[in-house]
Amino acid sequence: MTGEVVALTGFVAAAIRISTPLLLAATGEMLNERAGVINLGVEGAMLAGALASAMGAAAGGPWAGALLAVAAGVLVAGVFAAVAIGARADQIISGTAITLGSVGLTGAIYRTAFGPGGPGLSLPTFSAVPIPGLFEVPVLGPSLFNQPALTYLAWLLVPMAWWFLFRSWWGLALRATGESKDAARASGVPVRRVQVLATLTGGALSGLAGATLVLAQVGTFAEKMTAGRGFIAIAIVVLGRWHPAGILLAALLFGAANALQFAFQAMRLSVPYQLFLVLPYGLTLLALAGAVGKAKAPAGLGK
Amino acid sequence: MSRQSVTPVITALAALGAGIGVLAIGLAASGYDPILGLGALGRGAFGSWYNFTSATLVRAVPLILLGLGVALAFRAGALNVGAEGQFYAGAIVATWVGIHVAGWPSALAIGAVWGAAAVAGVLWIALPVLLKVRFGVLEVISTLLLNFVAEAAVSYAVTGPLQEAKRIYPQSDPIAAAARLPLLPGSRLHGGILLTVLLAAALWFLFTRTRWGFRLKAVGLGPEAARVSGRIPVKRVIAGALLWSGALAGLGGGVEISGVTYTLFQNLSPGYGFTAIAVALLARLHPLGIVATGILFGAIEAGAQGMQREAGVPAVAVQVAEATIILAVLLAEVLARRSAARTVRAEDPA
Amino acid sequence: MSGERASLELLGISKAFGSVHALRGADFSLVPGKVHALLGENGAGKSTLLHIACGMIPPDAGVIRVRNAETVIRSPRAARALGIGMVHQHFTSIGALTVRENIALSVGRTDRVVDGRTEADLPRRLMAGLPEAARVESLSVVLRQRLEIAKALATGASILLLDEPSAVLAPSEVDELLILVREFVDAGGAAALITHKLREVFMAADRVTVLRHGVVTFSGAVAGQTEETLALAMIGEGVERGHDGERQAAPIPSESAPVVARFGDVPLKAGELVGIAAIEGNGQQELLRRIARGDGALGSVALVPEDRTTEGLIPDLSITENLVLGLDEDPQWARGRRLDWARARSRTGELIEAFRIRAESPDAPVRSLSGGNQQKVVLARALERRPAILIAENPTRGLDIRATAFVHAQLRAAAAAGVLVLVYSTDLDEVLDLGRRVLVVHAGRVAEAPRGAGRRLVGDMLLGIVRGATKVEP
Repeated sequence: MTGEVVALTGFVAAAIRISTPLLLAATGEMLNERAGVINLGVEGAMLAGALASAMGAAAGGPWAGALLAVAAGVLVAGVFAAVAIGARADQIISGTAITLGSVGLTGAIYRTAFGPGGPGLSLPTFSAVPIPGLFEVPVLGPSLFNQPALTYLAWLLVPMAWWFLFRSWWGLALRATGESKDAARASGVPVRRVQVLATLTGGALSGLAGATLVLAQVGTFAEKMTAGRGFIAIAIVVLGRWHPAGILLAALLFGAANALQFAFQAMRLSVPYQLFLVLPYGLTLLALAGAVGKAKAPAGLGK
Repeated sequence: MSRQSVTPVITALAALGAGIGVLAIGLAASGYDPILGLGALGRGAFGSWYNFTSATLVRAVPLILLGLGVALAFRAGALNVGAEGQFYAGAIVATWVGIHVAGWPSALAIGAVWGAAAVAGVLWIALPVLLKVRFGVLEVISTLLLNFVAEAAVSYAVTGPLQEAKRIYPQSDPIAAAARLPLLPGSRLHGGILLTVLLAAALWFLFTRTRWGFRLKAVGLGPEAARVSGRIPVKRVIAGALLWSGALAGLGGGVEISGVTYTLFQNLSPGYGFTAIAVALLARLHPLGIVATGILFGAIEAGAQGMQREAGVPAVAVQVAEATIILAVLLAEVLARRSAARTVRAEDPA
Repeated sequence: MSGERASLELLGISKAFGSVHALRGADFSLVPGKVHALLGENGAGKSTLLHIACGMIPPDAGVIRVRNAETVIRSPRAARALGIGMVHQHFTSIGALTVRENIALSVGRTDRVVDGRTEADLPRRLMAGLPEAARVESLSVVLRQRLEIAKALATGASILLLDEPSAVLAPSEVDELLILVREFVDAGGAAALITHKLREVFMAADRVTVLRHGVVTFSGAVAGQTEETLALAMIGEGVERGHDGERQAAPIPSESAPVVARFGDVPLKAGELVGIAAIEGNGQQELLRRIARGDGALGSVALVPEDRTTEGLIPDLSITENLVLGLDEDPQWARGRRLDWARARSRTGELIEAFRIRAESPDAPVRSLSGGNQQKVVLARALERRPAILIAENPTRGLDIRATAFVHAQLRAAAAAGVLVLVYSTDLDEVLDLGRRVLVVHAGRVAEAPRGAGRRLVGDMLLGIVRGATKVEP
């Protein structure tokens, strides 16, 4: 009995841990898209954040890494904002270009700083922080309330984002901008400023997501390590219907799918590991196909 | 030359300049000597006849093929960023076919390999096309995600069903001699270069002179008007464009196997699928221009290896230049549109 | 104007867009308690003037005074702070948000309190039918317009600017709107009403200013003016209002002409010029497009769509390319699967001459043409198909009077040549002028207006109060 409970606890804990970077990036992208901007540079921002966090942590510990990651994410998002919002170039192409550039740049910087194709660096990471009291709860306690600090932060952002979007005027202004820039402008909303701020916030959260990936999950940096997570985050936004609570659930779903490989290992089933690599992408496509049509995107998205 | 045809060339040159400029700045900022680095880049690409044919042109072939594919889709307004994955799909199938056509007459063997590779590319993009047409899923996301799946497929193939008989390395057995392309004597340049030029010319003709090519353009620039006034079946046109795009990318994989590597292994492509986007955009989707930009980017990538050898600069740094070029082309287009709009506003009083 | 304290004064306003002068030294002032109409045809500069007044565009020259204090209105927000509320022609409410959210957005606070007022202070007549929690996209056009006014009032507007508010309403709805405006003005507000309908000026306004090509040609009290004097000020000399004359000149199609199509259940014959009247969103477009899609056995169908820049033309393509669109299977323009661009270009040149399209060359991008010339391209293409049926949706929207007359003449000529011409317009006057037969669409059902029916009757049919000649029992 205890063995199964342990396995279950491990599975849930892993699911939550793995879902955190997705949750952070998706929350950021949700704000972005609610303001009418589709940012395919999330992947690039996340990767930049990952590298920055590795370099920052190596120099000054995990929190320094996290801060540097946020800065990197904002920087990448800033370039996107300048091109797509400032110059009003096509959002999709700009975002794709930025991701490509970020992949190249992070690869180049990593090799310059840490030597070509070297073994993974060992970095100071975020350890799990048990919440006293809640931690004691059977099954759920150890899995839910023994997570790294960044996970608690990500969860805290969910109700904060909800309150911002649906209870504050600036959140209303942001939603209006995403539905119709012209109408929002006529109502006095500073549309460009709102979009830029939403984009930069999205970038900050994406950068933080990268930091989470490195410092609270994998423990090291490798080139192209985000492996499409930025795009999975975009799918999570769609699946979660652009709503903070929905996004939390969708992120957990993806985390669970990813954690499945551990469950399989625990059950001693041998399946080619490539299948687990592929599972999240398949799930993403399924989610996109199923969700689109039922969910209504902000009317002014991408315009 | 009319004003309309001069501006794209100027834009392209300006974007190129921007890309190289950013690279130079990056080099200097990282502590490398930019003159040395750029010089090594140039030499790696054009320094000798061998370099030109066997480094630059060889890399240009897949770039041109994939670039033509990306341009075809983009002309109809569809973004195929999955050329990398389609390339791999083509390569996998090409390898399998290539191994099994031993003893065939060469033309037939090569035809079979290429044909199979193209079909594989079509099949690989078929799912994104279905998702787009039926569910409205953005093809940017679906094609991109399948890239990762394709890489996993290659990984599985070369450690499993397609692995060499000796089972030592994660690579396939080499394809039969019949399926290998003839080489230009004294170089590694293979017959695929002829294919690229032929296809580019054919596509140029199709784009500019046929109804199909016109409809692609109409759909890409004004889908609603195409549907309502042009009575064009927009979804069908876009789907067709994407499928042909996949075919070209898959074909690129087949050509690479039959002309360069003869075996399948991981990381066969150093990002051809993504560089091809820059190739297509810089050439403003003009098929003949793509031959030129394909050679240009082939030069950049060949030079990157030279730069790494001589000056110690990581080769991946050139991707920064490539991304800059894409952004620069975008910005140039935006600026051009702005100045055109300014002269138009004058005609329409409120 | 002497002795009255003006709420808003626009003096000597000039504005140019590139080489086109939209306004030249225009004066326009509003006084509390009065409705001031701004009259002019399409393109005269009325919207520009109001956009300057509400802060959306800066003037090139001139002085703006609000309650006798000279100011610069930098943005819609600034205008709002000064008490200027604009009711736009294209509604600026956001469909996916609720009524309350839209009002809160304008007001700038989520508790909807401005200067101590709450939503309860908004006029009851106005707010009736506007449930707070309803999504705007579920509201009818009339209610959405009321919401626009509510938004303006909620932000404390004492000056109301209405931009062609009657364009989307049926006649009796227009009456109700004007009552609301009168209530507002009687309570001490000042209102400006943009219109190009003379009738509304006499019905609702106390003062009128007429704009022609950006210049004020008349300004004064409505009392003492007639339709002729105002029309003269609007249009100038030398343009005959020959609508009635033209209508009689159109030949009557013979009884034996074949039935070419059915609109709803109503059979339509070749050579008829049929007017279709409907308020936006009553299913008329679906019915029209159904006909447009099918090239019948009797010949092809050509469409002049409502939205010419997204459905009719591809702005980045040249005139030649736009003409080829839809004609690329026509043997005159294409040979099998190949397009003959040389032939296309020369034919385009011929059409440019025939339709008097002002363009640099057949290769000029359609984007560079004025609205009227763009519409000529669409019309030329439609007629080039030698269709059996020609459908025109709001074909003269946004065109000046010369272009409008040209389009009307082309439509009449097509009908005279045996084409069945269906003209759908939200401008009731245009429909009544053009169409020998008038069909009214309400809630997807088609009814024919009796021969000689007047505006009032057709207006009631538009609202579904009357079907044909019989009143509908509620």
